[in-house]
Amino acid sequence: MAMIPGTKNKMERNNINPQDLTMASDANQECFPSNDDLPTVLLHRLPSFNSPLKEILQPHFHLLDPADSPEPATSFLSSHAKSVRALVCIYNTPLSAETLSLLPSLEFIVATSAGVDHIDLEECRGRGIIMTNASKAFAEDAADYAVALLIDVCRRISTADRYVRAGLWQVNRDYPLGFKLGRKRVGIVGLGRIGFEVGKRLEAFGCSIAYNSRQKKPSIPFSYHANVVDLAEDNDALILCCPLTEQTHHIINRQVLEALGKEGVIINVGRGGLIDEELLVKFLSRGDIAGAGLDVFENEPDVPREVFELDNVVLSPHRAIFTPESLEALNELVFTNLKAFFSNKPLQSVFKIEGKDYPVM
Amino acid sequence: MADQEEEQDNTGDQNHKPQDLPQVLVLKPPPVLSVIGEESFLSNKYQFLKAWESPLPLHQFLTAHAGSIQAILCSGAAPVTDDLLRLLPSVRLVVTASAGTNHIDLEACHRRGISVTNAGNVFSDDGADAAVGLLIDVLRKITASDRYVRQGLWVSEGDYPLGSKLRGKRVGIVGLGGIGLEVAKRLEAFGCNVLYTSRKKKTFLSYPFYSGVCQLAAHSDALIICCALTDQTRHMIDKDVFSALGKEGVIVNVGRGAIVDEKEMVRCLVHGEIAGAGLDVFENEPDVPKELFELDNVVLSPHRAVFTPESFMALCELVVGNLEAFFSNKPVLSPVMDV
Repeated sequence: MAMIPGTKNKMERNNINPQDLTMASDANQECFPSNDDLPTVLLHRLPSFNSPLKEILQPHFHLLDPADSPEPATSFLSSHAKSVRALVCIYNTPLSAETLSLLPSLEFIVATSAGVDHIDLEECRGRGIIMTNASKAFAEDAADYAVALLIDVCRRISTADRYVRAGLWQVNRDYPLGFKLGRKRVGIVGLGRIGFEVGKRLEAFGCSIAYNSRQKKPSIPFSYHANVVDLAEDNDALILCCPLTEQTHHIINRQVLEALGKEGVIINVGRGGLIDEELLVKFLSRGDIAGAGLDVFENEPDVPREVFELDNVVLSPHRAIFTPESLEALNELVFTNLKAFFSNKPLQSVFKIEGKDYPVM
Repeated sequence: MADQEEEQDNTGDQNHKPQDLPQVLVLKPPPVLSVIGEESFLSNKYQFLKAWESPLPLHQFLTAHAGSIQAILCSGAAPVTDDLLRLLPSVRLVVTASAGTNHIDLEACHRRGISVTNAGNVFSDDGADAAVGLLIDVLRKITASDRYVRQGLWVSEGDYPLGSKLRGKRVGIVGLGGIGLEVAKRLEAFGCNVLYTSRKKKTFLSYPFYSGVCQLAAHSDALIICCALTDQTRHMIDKDVFSALGKEGVIVNVGRGAIVDEKEMVRCLVHGEIAGAGLDVFENEPDVPKELFELDNVVLSPHRAVFTPESFMALCELVVGNLEAFFSNKPVLSPVMDV
């Protein structure tokens, strides 16, 4: 078991040799340079969130891990974190304005997820805190998954698998066909890294790509639409790849679903809160849209019961971005960004926090 | 009487009396005929002779009409054998409503100077979409996790095991024909490394070529079977190939069930000797080996990788196009070149 970070300093001050402690059995511990030389990084996590990042970062940074300390978090931060400039937020550990107020020197937050809606963005923007997220590490895997969900919904791959496993192919030779993917018009909501990778892949399938995003991207040859309703009107499928913010909450509403239409398909690898989920379920049950592929839900892991009866939905337990390779890439990205921050070098996968007054969609 | 004759002359497609038109024998309706409907196949250049509608025993039926049958529309369920051709000396064209031609005695057709057309590339896009869909499904466990969620296990058991990244995977395509080429094109967009084996190396392509399936498997993380079923390819994917593919290897089959030694594949899957499979075709459809139903690393599809309403429509147009071209003494649209 790794030693509790933060305690090493206390022990040194009390002339206790850390190597004498039975807990300090990890060989790495013996090779640490003095913690005083290393930049300090705060690890912000729920106690149940264990991350390999701790071991990876430990040799290179003086890590503060309040979750591993017997001290209550607020007291720990008040005592130890006043001069902390950088924080790593593990998974979706909520990072509130209250916590941020205990970190007066904080300049940099490294999020280890693509979505950052668990962080008080308004507070960060107000304080000019720079944020990076995991999009760069996850973008390709998320895009692969989004495309696969689209193929699955269009071609009914998962429902047909269910059909075969239930022994129905032998009973009834025919099964409703899926419909063609190629030449479908696909509208991407949010042309960030993930959205761009989705578009790139679907072009190879002969789809035409359109998008809506906070800003038009003139260098990207996809067709821009000023709002999501227009995007839904003009396209056969919508793929949600944008972050969840106050502006994008329930951005997929009745108007959008009606514009998408009975033949329309929606894929969500963003956040459950992007869609009015109760309404979506009604539309799917009544056949007012053709199908959906959902990796995220408003109240995970709870999925509305009604969709279990439906054959036009593919359900996924929030894993579009996760592969062992992308998690490794994430660890590398976090490490690289921390090093870059402390050497004043450029950061990767910066998340631009927009204000309330910025037009979003 | 005169009125009736006028009516006949004015009815849509047929200017001739039915028996003047060349007859196209259809032993059993191909799926496309059932799905799209006969009306879409009507033409003023030919007429269908529907054997299944006749009360006569087949042999008698064929003998009665032999003189007027100039073409056959066939499919997997209605093979064209040398014996059949011998009964129909006026046949000059065989049209199959499929990409595959393993149900046609091509050698006999060649010997008798009979042209053969198939489905050309109408299925290539949809077949490729499905093949790639199956590959990603197996690698990223999409259908398996859909099942997991539907069983309520996300709530009770927590997260489902992760799948594996696509970028950098070496994907070996077996058979670089219409479907295989489209598969390759799509896989490139995902950052996969495409390799292939085919009867002949394609000099215009830069993908690494392997002359044997075993060699291909040894260098691949996944195999996608897109080739035709012939005497040479029957059970081509055998024990040695699975062994070369290895424990982390995945197989996707959108060709024909019999290209794979199914019993061996099932054994490998059950014992974890390969990592997973996406199967659209089986040796004995619609029977699927029961052992596969127990496995989470297999995606099963009821032989519809190529079937969408759109591809059926395109096939209908191609079948009609081939027949009309032939009976107008024009070159057919999708000739099967090799024997």
